[in-house]
Amino acid sequence: MSAFWTLVRRDVTLAVRRGGEAALTLGFFVVTVALFPFGVGPDPALLGRIAAGVVWVTALLAATVSLDRLFRPDLEDGSLDLLALSPLPLEAAVLAKCLAHWLVTGLPVTLLSPLMAAMLRLDGAAHGPLAVSLAVGTPALSLTGGIGAALVLGARRGGALCGLLVLPLFIPVLVFGVSGVEAAQAGLPALPHILIEAAILVAAVPLAAFAGAAALRLALE
Amino acid sequence: MAVDSATAVLEVRDLTCERGGRRLFADLSFALGPGDVLVLRGPNGSGKTSLLRLVAGLLAPAAGRVRWRGRDTRDEPGPWRRAMAFAGHENPVKPALTARENLAFWIGLEGGASVDGALEALGLDGLADLPAAVLSAGQRRRLTLARLAARPGGCWLMDEPEAALDAASAARLADLVAAHRDRGGVTLVATHDGGAFGRVRTLALGGEP
Repeated sequence: MSAFWTLVRRDVTLAVRRGGEAALTLGFFVVTVALFPFGVGPDPALLGRIAAGVVWVTALLAATVSLDRLFRPDLEDGSLDLLALSPLPLEAAVLAKCLAHWLVTGLPVTLLSPLMAAMLRLDGAAHGPLAVSLAVGTPALSLTGGIGAALVLGARRGGALCGLLVLPLFIPVLVFGVSGVEAAQAGLPALPHILIEAAILVAAVPLAAFAGAAALRLALE
Repeated sequence: MAVDSATAVLEVRDLTCERGGRRLFADLSFALGPGDVLVLRGPNGSGKTSLLRLVAGLLAPAAGRVRWRGRDTRDEPGPWRRAMAFAGHENPVKPALTARENLAFWIGLEGGASVDGALEALGLDGLADLPAAVLSAGQRRRLTLARLAARPGGCWLMDEPEAALDAASAARLADLVAAHRDRGGVTLVATHDGGAFGRVRTLALGGEP
């Protein structure tokens, strides 16, 4: 288990030192959300109605920004060979790298979401459900995104392809993430929606581990 | 070859390698006992790197098997992975981490002896706290080889280990291999200069078609 955390710690350290990848993702998230009041006009009622969707879609985009860099640097410098050969199973290595990706993208986005929600005049009652739905949904984004990042490793220009491949896979998480917040806005319980998100997350863990590791082995052949 | 299968630690049987529809070598067999060094020779494209990657387990062979202490390395990868240290021709060194952090990461992941001892064995102790971004190509190569120095006694697979090394570092590498042999370690090395490793066996791989 310690090898797992060694890998998580290294990836987070690298992301923080490499010109603050976390700060960059967070900056992208904040700036993109802030564009919407300019685009649709400063009507509080309208902004409040679309706030959950705006925050969620922006969170999806923020998750894809650094996705192509998840495995590619390790492939290029031979680290991936050694990860595949280390006593740590490659499946566990994929999960460790997805966890590190979430810690520097999904987690800061989740922590900052109440501020964005307030900026877009989301109902006070829906702030909690929005943060919770992001906390449960963004790890699933990092996991499904990890599969996509592993699959496009063989392609020369993986960056745009990776986004194209994974964004449609994010739709279920997006649908239930937003519907939970909308339920809260309508005075209904958000919990059922968040539980479905949690179920997607639970399913994504083994799926990402096995599909991601299989794709990486193909890339190494 | 000289070692029979009773004393062999690493045994390769009838290994066939195909890459991109082209057969690189076929029915390759050898057995290595404790302390043996096998130098792979051959022109570019003859399959030296592919053989190392096949033995490591990164490539699937078209036919044949590799056994480590009597166990098939594909069926039972656990003992093999704990015993084996691989140095390919890239240097898995992250520029944003210091030399010490780079090595400590790999030792944390793969296991091995002390970080400081391994850095010292390659003469990197003075550079340990510099970011790897400022290290030269030869110094990065030494950092890659320090991973192996931390894990003597098993099986070392090295692809052109002396690339970018100066004479003093090449001598250090020879010392490391000698110490590794003394502990019963097995070495497979693709190199054009096997003379530095003392008494070795040589495997010549075929030419280009």
